[in-house]
Amino acid sequence: MGARRLLALGGVGLILVGMLVGDIFAVFVLHQNAARVGASLTVAAHAAAAGDSKAVLASFQETGGFLENRGTKVDTHVHMIAFGYLALMLAILQPWIALGENAKKKLAWTFLLGAGLLPVGVFLIHYVGLAYSPSESIGWASIAADFGGLLVIVATLGYLLGLGKWVQQKENLQLRDSLLEDRSLAGRTLLAGGLALLLLGFVHGAYYAAVDLYKHEALDFSLLSQMSVGAAANDVGMVDTALGQYAQLGGDKAVKIAAHAHAIEFGLLAILLAFFQPYVRLRESWKRRWAWVLLFGSLLLPVCVLLELNLGLLAGGMADVGGLLVIIALLAMWIGIVRYTGGIDGKVRTAEGVR
Amino acid sequence: MAGARKLLILGGIALALLGMAYGMWYAIFLEHQELGSIGGTLAAGFTAAAERNPVAAQAALKRYSELKYRYDRHVDVHGHWIGLAMLLILLGIAYDRVEFSERIKMFLATGLLIGSLLFPLGVLFQTFSHDSGPRGLAVMGSALVIASLGGMTLGFARERRSS
Repeated sequence: MGARRLLALGGVGLILVGMLVGDIFAVFVLHQNAARVGASLTVAAHAAAAGDSKAVLASFQETGGFLENRGTKVDTHVHMIAFGYLALMLAILQPWIALGENAKKKLAWTFLLGAGLLPVGVFLIHYVGLAYSPSESIGWASIAADFGGLLVIVATLGYLLGLGKWVQQKENLQLRDSLLEDRSLAGRTLLAGGLALLLLGFVHGAYYAAVDLYKHEALDFSLLSQMSVGAAANDVGMVDTALGQYAQLGGDKAVKIAAHAHAIEFGLLAILLAFFQPYVRLRESWKRRWAWVLLFGSLLLPVCVLLELNLGLLAGGMADVGGLLVIIALLAMWIGIVRYTGGIDGKVRTAEGVR
Repeated sequence: MAGARKLLILGGIALALLGMAYGMWYAIFLEHQELGSIGGTLAAGFTAAAERNPVAAQAALKRYSELKYRYDRHVDVHGHWIGLAMLLILLGIAYDRVEFSERIKMFLATGLLIGSLLFPLGVLFQTFSHDSGPRGLAVMGSALVIASLGGMTLGFARERRSS
């Protein structure tokens, strides 16, 4: 298997696993964890109102644990998918990397090793902690994650050097590539849909930054102040009102940021997959169907996430269905790439041999 | 490779490396300490409230708010630089499908690259200053990104029609 298909399979695989981790996390951990964080904050605020500073500290230590648990799982999900995207992009760029096939393959394995190690390390941070660590603030899991990141950087730098070498070789500037010359309907649908999702996500992000971001940050501080003032005055009613509003604020922030991020991520994914359609060995009609399933799921998820505050569990369930549709379509394309027999790789190798 | 395409691909890879190197530097030297301080100041705020010291509680929460403001922006800078870098590379790869003259394509590519650099840079500068300058830089950068991407989308649409 050539470096290009290795990166393509590894990239789609990383995205698939990252999405599954995200879905499992959303269904089984996210809401329960958010409830625990909220409950810990409530206990801390009530303990402060009762004048029990020891209970306050104990409660915040517990909250810190919940937040770390949540944060590391989100990071695992996000980094796996981001590395998957990067692997796909590097796969597309392979014909322009002026290195031997062996060197390209070694870089591909280095990249995939790092891309797998970093999320696993991040996932383990919460469980390993500082056990046997040589440092006061960084544990072995963090060190492993950082090493994974370093491998990714080294591999990416290697490809950048290869690209730089290619740019200097003026005679190669007109190299043709079958993947990029594809103008199939499935590919064009994914490209157009992906661009539309990207623009939607960008405009929504800009709107959020202009209208909500600073308001949310000011409200965050003012509600925490209200809690502490209420607690200092032993006014439990004031504390509870602020706690309720704080929980609402957290939900509002979370859904808006998630909708923005997911629309853009799915847009990028659709554009990336547009290039790999010649590698997907399925019938044209099925390739078109999977393209539409992916785009439909990609739109359904962020829209339903945004509606979660108004429609509650119904919208949450629909968002999960959207995520599942994307996963199924992606899996179908991944199987198509596995079934691929190597015709385009052969052409590329022949072209490189001639060069 | 056409100039605009080269600009997008090489600029995108350089931006991805910048975002990754920045993220790694931040994770090693600042993140853990900053996260510890965020938790510590929040706990201190409520502990002071329990000790009936509202002035100390407010001061601790103010500090918490500032640290959280900085932490959110550091993470955003890392995420946005890498995300925008990927977009630059992708659009660079597909850039031959944009049906505009080479001059307009170069103009759009330059706008997208500058916007992708400036928008997170403006966000990063907000960690040093709360003035309107960094905020304006971020707004300008994001407007450049959206406008350039809108222009490129039009170019892609023209290719679809002509094909």
